[in-house]
Order: sequence, then C-alpha cells, then structure tokens
Amino acid sequence: MAQQFDSATLGMWVFLLTEIMFFGGMFGAYTVYRGLYPEAFASTSQFMNPLFGAMNTAVLIVSSLTMALAVRAARLGEQKALQLFLIFTMIFGLAFLVIKGFEYHEHWVDMKVPLFGGHWDYSEAPQFARQAQIMFCFYFFMTGFHALHMVVGLGLMTTIFLMARRGTFSPSYFTPVEISGLYWHFVDIVWIFLFPLLYLIGRTKKLI
Amino acid sequence: MSTVLQDPRAVEAPNYLNQEYGWKSWLFTKDHKRIAVLYIISITVMFFIGGIFASLIRLELLTPQGDLVNSDTYNKFFTMHGIVMVFFFLIPSIPATLGNFFVPMMIGAKDLAFPRINLLSWYIYIAGAIFALAAIVLGGVDTGWTFYTPFSSTYSNTFVITAAVGVFIAGFSSILTGLNFIVTVHKMRAPGMTWGRLPLFVWANYATSLIQVLGTPVVAITLALVGLERAFHIGIFDPAIGGDPILFQHMFWFYSHPAVYIMILPGMGVISEIITCFSRKAIFGYPFVAGSSLGIAIIGFLVWGHHMFVTGMSMYASLYFSLLSFLVAVPSAIMVFNWTATMFRGSISFDTPMLYVFGFIGLFTIGGLTGLFLATLGVDVHVTDTYFVVAHFHYVMVGGMVLAYLGGMHFWWPKITGRLYPEGWAKFACLLVFAGFNLTFFPQFILGYLGQPRRYHAYAPEFQVLNVMSTAGATILGLGYVIPLIYFLWSMKYGPKAGDNPWRAKGLEWETTSPPPTYNFEKTPIVTEEAYAYHSEKETHVG
Amino acid sequence: MHSIPSVRTYVTIWAILTIMTFVTYYVAQIELGAWNIVVALLIAFFKMMLVILFFMNVKAESPLTKLFAGAGFFWMILLLGQFFIDYVSRGWMPEGKMW
Repeated sequence: MAQQFDSATLGMWVFLLTEIMFFGGMFGAYTVYRGLYPEAFASTSQFMNPLFGAMNTAVLIVSSLTMALAVRAARLGEQKALQLFLIFTMIFGLAFLVIKGFEYHEHWVDMKVPLFGGHWDYSEAPQFARQAQIMFCFYFFMTGFHALHMVVGLGLMTTIFLMARRGTFSPSYFTPVEISGLYWHFVDIVWIFLFPLLYLIGRTKKLI
Repeated sequence: MSTVLQDPRAVEAPNYLNQEYGWKSWLFTKDHKRIAVLYIISITVMFFIGGIFASLIRLELLTPQGDLVNSDTYNKFFTMHGIVMVFFFLIPSIPATLGNFFVPMMIGAKDLAFPRINLLSWYIYIAGAIFALAAIVLGGVDTGWTFYTPFSSTYSNTFVITAAVGVFIAGFSSILTGLNFIVTVHKMRAPGMTWGRLPLFVWANYATSLIQVLGTPVVAITLALVGLERAFHIGIFDPAIGGDPILFQHMFWFYSHPAVYIMILPGMGVISEIITCFSRKAIFGYPFVAGSSLGIAIIGFLVWGHHMFVTGMSMYASLYFSLLSFLVAVPSAIMVFNWTATMFRGSISFDTPMLYVFGFIGLFTIGGLTGLFLATLGVDVHVTDTYFVVAHFHYVMVGGMVLAYLGGMHFWWPKITGRLYPEGWAKFACLLVFAGFNLTFFPQFILGYLGQPRRYHAYAPEFQVLNVMSTAGATILGLGYVIPLIYFLWSMKYGPKAGDNPWRAKGLEWETTSPPPTYNFEKTPIVTEEAYAYHSEKETHVG
Repeated sequence: MHSIPSVRTYVTIWAILTIMTFVTYYVAQIELGAWNIVVALLIAFFKMMLVILFFMNVKAESPLTKLFAGAGFFWMILLLGQFFIDYVSRGWMPEGKMW
C-alpha cells in the first residue's frame, strides 16, 4: 500500500512536470514577445482589471488552503471535515471561474477579444495595435488553458467528494485525495505567476 | 500442467497469450505484454503506411522532371511520410513495444506501475492515428512534418489542423508511456535489483522516458498555438502582425530534437542487450553506458538550434548550439566504443540479432559522424536542406533505430511468442535490409553534397543516375521489410517451439517460460548477480 | 508516512500568501523601473515555494520527489534561457526598456 501511495505520488509529480513544460512553453513565447514589444505590452495594462486578478489570486489561495486541510482530514480519517473542505475548495474554484467569466465579458464588451470584435485604438502608434493583439492572444490562451485546467480540477474534486461520501477513504487509503490535492495546488501556482505577468505590467506607466 | 493427452500443441503451459481468448480480453487487458502486442500490430501498420508514401516519393524521383505528380501532391507525400514515420512509428516504437513487454520483466516486476494508464496510452495512440489517417484520407497535409509557420498557420490550404490534432493526441500517449516507465523503474524493482544492476535496456528506456516527459508537452502547446492561429487568424507566428516564425521553430525543435533521442536511445538499449548475449561477455564499461544514456537525454535538450542555423537565428546562438551539438556526440561515441570493447575477446556468434547489431554499429556511426558535419556551421550552410541532411537522418533513424528494432524483435521473438523464426530467411532479409538501405541512402549523401535540394519533386538531370540507384535500393529495402513480416506471422503457427531461453541469455526475462505467464514470475525474483553475468558460464556451464 | 502539518501551519502559510498577494498588487503601483518585474517575479517565486513546500508537503517528501519537483522548474528555465540566447543576441530587444 505504501508502495502504491509512493508510486501514485511520484506519478502525479511526473505528470505535473509535463504540465510545467506545457505552460512553460507558453510562458516562454510570452516572455519573448514581451521582450520584443515592451511598450505595447505595458500599454495593455489599461485594459486589464488588476482588482479582479488580485481577487482571483486570493480566491485560489484560499482554495489551496481548504484543499490542504481536506488532505489533512483524509489522513486523519475525519470524514465530515474532509467532505466539508472539499466542498469549500469547489466553491472557491467555482468562484474563480465566475470572476474570470465576468472579466472575459468585460473584455468582450470593451472589444478586446481578438477576432471577436477585437479592436485596439492606438491612432498615434498603429504598430502597437498589432502587438497589443498579440498580447491579448497570450492573455486569452494562457488564462484559457488555465481555466480549462480549473474545470478539470473541479471534475476531480467532484469525483473525490463522491468517493468520500461513500466512505472510500481512511487513514490507510487516501491516495486519490492526496494526488488531486497536488494537481489543485499546481493549478494555483500557475495562476500565481500569471497574475503579475498579465495584470501588473506597466501599472505605473501610462503610455498612450 | 494439464494431464489430458491430446494434440501435443494443446498441452501448453498457461501463458499470457492463451490464458484468455476473445477480443474483450485483448481490448480491455491490463497486461503490459498484451498491450505491447497491440502496439506491435499498430505501429507495424503505421510503418507500412509511411512506407507507401516513401515509395511514392522514390517513384517520383526516378525521373528529373516532376512528371508523376505535381509539386503540391509531392509536398503531401513527404509530409505524410514524415508525420506518420516520426510520430506514429519511430517515437512509440521500441518503448511501447519491447519496452512495454520487457521493462517490467527485466526488473522483476509483475507489470508496470500503472497498467490501466498503459492501456489508455494505447487507446490515445489509436485516436491520434485516426486523426492522422483522416488527414491523409481527406486530402493530406503539405507543410512538411515540421509544420513551419507562417505556411502552416496561415497560407497552407490543406488539413493542417487535423494532422496537428493527431500529433497532439499521440504526444499524450508518449507522455503517459514515459510517466509509467519512470515510476516503474523507481518504485517496482525486485529485491536486489539495484540501479547498478539494471539491464542497460532499462536505463535506456528510463532516459527516453525523461525526454518524453520533459519535451513532448512543448510540442503539444506549439501545435495547439498553430491550430489556434490557423482557426482564429490571430497570430503569434504571423509576421504580418509582428509575430516571429523563428519562435515557432524554437518551440518546435525544443521537442523535436530531443525527440530523435527518444527514437535512438531505446535502440541503443537493445544493442547492449544483444551484443552481450552474442559475445558471451558482460558489457564493457557499464557505468559509462548507463551514464551516457542519461547524458544524451540531458544534453539533447541543449542543441536544437542546429536545425535553424540558416533561418535567421543570431550568429551567437548558432555558435552556442553548434558547440553543444559537438558535445552531444561524445556520449554516443562512448557507447559505440564500449560496444566494440564488449565484442573484443568475446565469443561471437552470428545469429540474426547480432547481424542487425553489426549493421547498427556501422550505420549509426556513419549517421552520427555526418551529424557532426551538419553541426559544423560552415558545412551546414552548404548542405542544409539538401539530400545530405536526408541521408544523415535516415542513417541514424533507419540504419540505427529500425535495425535495432528489427534486431530486438528477432532477439525477443522467441520469448514473446514461444516460437522460433526461420534463421535462414531472417539472415537473408537482414542482408537485403542492409544492402537495400545503403543503396538507397548513400547516394543521397553525394546528391546532397552536389546540391540536390530536399522536398523538391524535380531535380537537375545530372542527378538522375544516383536517384535511380536510390530508388532501386528502396525497392530492395522494402522487400527486406516485407519478408520478416511474412515469416514472423508464419512462425506463430508453424515455427518450432522456442523453449525458455534459446539464446542462453542472461536477464530476468529469460528465466520465465516462453511465452511468459501473465503474472511474469511465480515468486518475486531476488537478484544477486550483476547484469550480463556471462563470465560465470565458464565455471558453471549455465544453460 | 510523514508527519501531518497542523491546521495552524496551514493557516499561517495561507495568511502569508494572502499578504504577499496584497504586496504584489501595491508594489506594482509604485514606479520602480526595471525592478517592478523583478520584485513581482521574486514574490511569485516565494509564493510558489510556500505552496510547494507546505501545501504540497514537499518539505517532508523524499529527495526523489524534491528532485522531480525542482527538475520541472529547472527545465522551464532551460527553455526560456535558450530562447533568450537567440533573441537577446539578435539585438532586437529594446535595451533598458525590456521590463
């Protein structure tokens, strides 16, 4: 059993390694363009809502706390606590997606969604428009893939919750809770980096 | 054991093949050996599909004019040949077949760490293959297997997204296989099977798995970005709006160069297994061979720019990548030296697997050395995008990898099926493969040096003789591939029974019946001797 | 298995993470030139380490797990770094304004 727990944990870490490289590729491309077009990227900050971003960060951090507490409860055999913390984790995860939804809607209303009515007014510096469009592509790709991973995470949580309700877990078997926790924390970490990179650029500079 | 006396063939020990029958027992199996067989069938099919495209290419190139097909169609031929061969044959080949079958057995385990994920990886592979075949059937892709932007992201009128989705999906199959192997080797070794006693085939697959896990996700995101750009016309690779096509190449080759080490490392592992058995000698320099496997895996991530010397990358980056490309040749060379030293003063027999090993060592060396030519900036400017490159990579991938695969299949066929293949035909086919291969690809070195560009359906008339030689070689090579297909299938019904260890090889996999039982070992083996303990034969006549 | 962290430990880590989030947000409003991004990334790195070591319990895990956790981050740096060898040396990156 211990060997299976160790194997499952190692397996999840190897999987997270692949996820780091998956997002890493996108971070890499983003960083290259940010280096090439620093002013255009900085100017997009006026279209971002860092308050939403910060709220989302806080929400995800709380969800990580409740997730860690859920794993702890599973380890101690505290069934009710486990289920409660899983529910909270899911609520916070859902809250994140709702806030994200608001944001996307705002972008849509402001006509900042590439292709779907995206329009950037940089009459004095037209090349900034093209570069800002690239930035927004990255914004939507990166937060989009992140949100997709959140949805998968919610699916995982639901499955774990149902298993917990059936009494599947005990101090000698809580592997699925542990590895789902690892996945959830990883998704949190991705956002911890997305927040400053996408929302907090050039907050101090007003360029256009 | 059964006591009922019937047809002698029916009194067969229960093994993984005859334990259960019916399609459900195969399609829902969790047994790594059955999954390996499923993979063998699938990749063989894909290999021959890729081979059909190769034949069409060589057919067109019989004449200098582009008279068989027009250039658009020809572009589709070499693209589909590349996509199918790279992503659906070479990448999965040894790990998913011989690796799946033998890594657990070699470490004394009952199965891989995650048997259901193993089966899932096969289904994912099939799903990816379906998309790739769909792309072919719908009309093909013409971007080259390298999907360079902005042609693939904006201008091509072919089924790029379909093909990219197929490759994306197949990538997950590769990742899951790698993940499984890594955890298995760390957590499931039998008592006494220390890292220092692992067969080198396991080391090779472990190193390969590291590459699969670290590199494949990057090509996944790269192709996803190309697909998104193509679908939504917004772009990060489109120069018209400030994108950089070179960035695509950086991202693509970050995976695709290590990918070639995914292809060759398991082959090197096979060579270590065969060469020790047929020299009756332990491997020379075990730590160096194991270490070189890891070294190739790691340094392989630092060299990808050598595919981009003439694309517009900076000169300084080119110098960096050129230097490191020279460095990555060192561990490969160490391996070749160690294999050679293994044979020295060994007792060599010339069975078919060993013939493939000889072929591998020679052809891989040529392929590897010509890689150094290409790593040299000055030379590369002259021969890049010519047939010199085509010859180089076919020498390592076919002369190296495919020969290792065939050698491994012959070596382990008795264990996998319990039958012996016909040795006479096998030797003949091996010679056909070797002769046909060299006739196909050696002229291409010359053609490339003389200036024939790759990916062109027509060429200057003075190159015709060498091209005809190449096509003739391809025909012989094709025959060399078909013959084993026939006799392997034949042997499954009519081949003589192999017995547990027809080669008298060392290794835990040989200590089971042929074919092995479903659970591999009746009792977990306890390992007390080093790998390749062939020296002990002289004292104890182990057989 | 390993020792189970207390509720107090977890809540403390959570509090630190939340405070660091506020810090990131407010520091971003202050003009620090090139240092803005450095500070932001340092804080993010620090938060990541807290999540990894405590929430994901890597602090108590085997050296093997630590190796794999570190390897992922290191490999991403390898990717980014080698991209930059090309782009920086092309002279395309506007100097001084990069961040």
